[in-house]
Amino acid sequence: MRNILTIARKELKTYFTSPIAYIVLAIGGVIFGFFFYSALAFFVQRGMEMEMYGRGMPMNVNEYVVRPLLLNLSVISLFLVPMITMRLYAEEKRSGTIELLLTSPVRDLELVLGKLLAAFLLFGGILLVALINLSLLFFFGNADWKPLLAGLLGLALLGTAFLSLGMLLSTFTSNQIVAGSLTFGLFLMLWVADWVSSYSGTTVGQVASYISVTTHIENFAKGVIDLRDVVYYLSVIFLGVFLTHRSLESLRWRS
Amino acid sequence: MIQVEGLSKRYGRTLAVDNITFGAGRGEILGFLGPNGAGKTTTMRVLTCFLPPTSGTARVAGYDVLDQPLEVKRRIGYLPELPPLYPEMRVAEYLAFVGRIKGVLKQKLAARVSDVIETCALKEVRTTLLGRLSRGYRQRVGLAQAIIHEPQILVLDEPTAGLDPKQIIETRGLIKSLGGDHTIILSSHILSEVQATCQRVIIINAGRLVAVDTPENLTARLQGHATVYLQAEGPAEQVRDKLERVAGVVAVKPHGPPDGRPAFEIEVAKGRDVRAELARAVVHGGWPLLELRTMGLSLEEIFLQLTREEQEASPVEDTPQGKEKEAAQ
Repeated sequence: MRNILTIARKELKTYFTSPIAYIVLAIGGVIFGFFFYSALAFFVQRGMEMEMYGRGMPMNVNEYVVRPLLLNLSVISLFLVPMITMRLYAEEKRSGTIELLLTSPVRDLELVLGKLLAAFLLFGGILLVALINLSLLFFFGNADWKPLLAGLLGLALLGTAFLSLGMLLSTFTSNQIVAGSLTFGLFLMLWVADWVSSYSGTTVGQVASYISVTTHIENFAKGVIDLRDVVYYLSVIFLGVFLTHRSLESLRWRS
Repeated sequence: MIQVEGLSKRYGRTLAVDNITFGAGRGEILGFLGPNGAGKTTTMRVLTCFLPPTSGTARVAGYDVLDQPLEVKRRIGYLPELPPLYPEMRVAEYLAFVGRIKGVLKQKLAARVSDVIETCALKEVRTTLLGRLSRGYRQRVGLAQAIIHEPQILVLDEPTAGLDPKQIIETRGLIKSLGGDHTIILSSHILSEVQATCQRVIIINAGRLVAVDTPENLTARLQGHATVYLQAEGPAEQVRDKLERVAGVVAVKPHGPPDGRPAFEIEVAKGRDVRAELARAVVHGGWPLLELRTMGLSLEEIFLQLTREEQEASPVEDTPQGKEKEAAQ
């Protein structure tokens, strides 16, 4: 446990002494801020229109602002996660510091979990920046916090699942660009996988939509915590960690 | 402390290390000598549990590298060929990190960090970013990280590579001073270095063990005769004539280009010191004696000779296996 924290601390320090953390947080903040502004502006305009014409039902902030924003946030993390994970192992392999880690009395699993923890905390920073924006809805509106919490839980799960896959791909190469591109490509594929379901047979369609990360975040964004979705993300996380662990082991046998 | 038996390591189709057996006792400084690509780094990586052996066993402090890697890693300090530094960390911060992952206790960590900073003379760069350090300092930080958890065994891969002469001498001094209570294995392709620091030398070439012995014994083993270098001022032919007549001299060969001051390599029968007689002979002839010294075979020559023998009649079976086992115990 102590080793996990040591590794995580070192990784976090690296994120924050290099520009990576600031760039990721800044990009995340600016883009989310833009989405937030647009969603809110649209909501306010619609609200005024309704008041003018005096018809329609009262609009729900969660449905019109929070829910699309949470979905947007999952798209943003699709772009940002590769930036976070691509260096995790590739950099260590390039600079030779992997030799220090692998000859230290640290279990491979501790190393993997430490790195994942650090990456998760940085990702949590992005969620936090988003939350600062969203908290305005509580000050000036009457948003409901429960669906938001469910959504954030979903995003944390989605983020960790992405991070663990990105981390896995980073063990395959000593080139960060390669690791980053592979990660991004994989995420994009997972993203669009459920498109197949609209025109292929039921079985293939069902499998595709189950594999796709999009379908699972939608429930969370609505505020629904479905066990199926939780299991999906947890199994992806487990798979990522497990395969990273294996890949580290094979690193020794291959090199 | 270290027992390696029948160790082989294969990378795909190439055999990097071929059936190597050696050992090292407590407090011993063992030199690993060989040209680039001979398998030194591979052997060290197996010892440090970075790579698993293809066949054979390696035991460090009684623990097998495959069965109990954590125990082995706890007891080994390792300086890879390229010091494993994080460029964005500061020296003291880096050493504290390494201390932590190497399992130094929290209470002792600060003391250990300042200890190794003291030992490796890093005081003035304590807070410098590792990425900004010069080659010499990087190497020293590398050494500091290897000893931070007070390991019983140190594995140093080319510890003086890329250093300037002053730093090389300092580093050698440092290694020697560590030798007392650490077992040290260091590799090098520079032979004088191994000669200067190590008690025992392992010569390795193309993955095979060529010889294991003390530097002195290696020299003696290969030299049938002692060689004396002599330079005098006088007519070359007459001086040579006179020298050949000294009792105990086997052969006299001219050394280098004759520039009016003839120089000779004189082969002397083993076990005899005829320097006095040689000097007397020259002075007796009325020629000023300019220089007289015994020539040892440098490890360079030994190395070339051994590897040449190896190629001519491989495999050489005269590696003193019995001796190693004694040393290992």
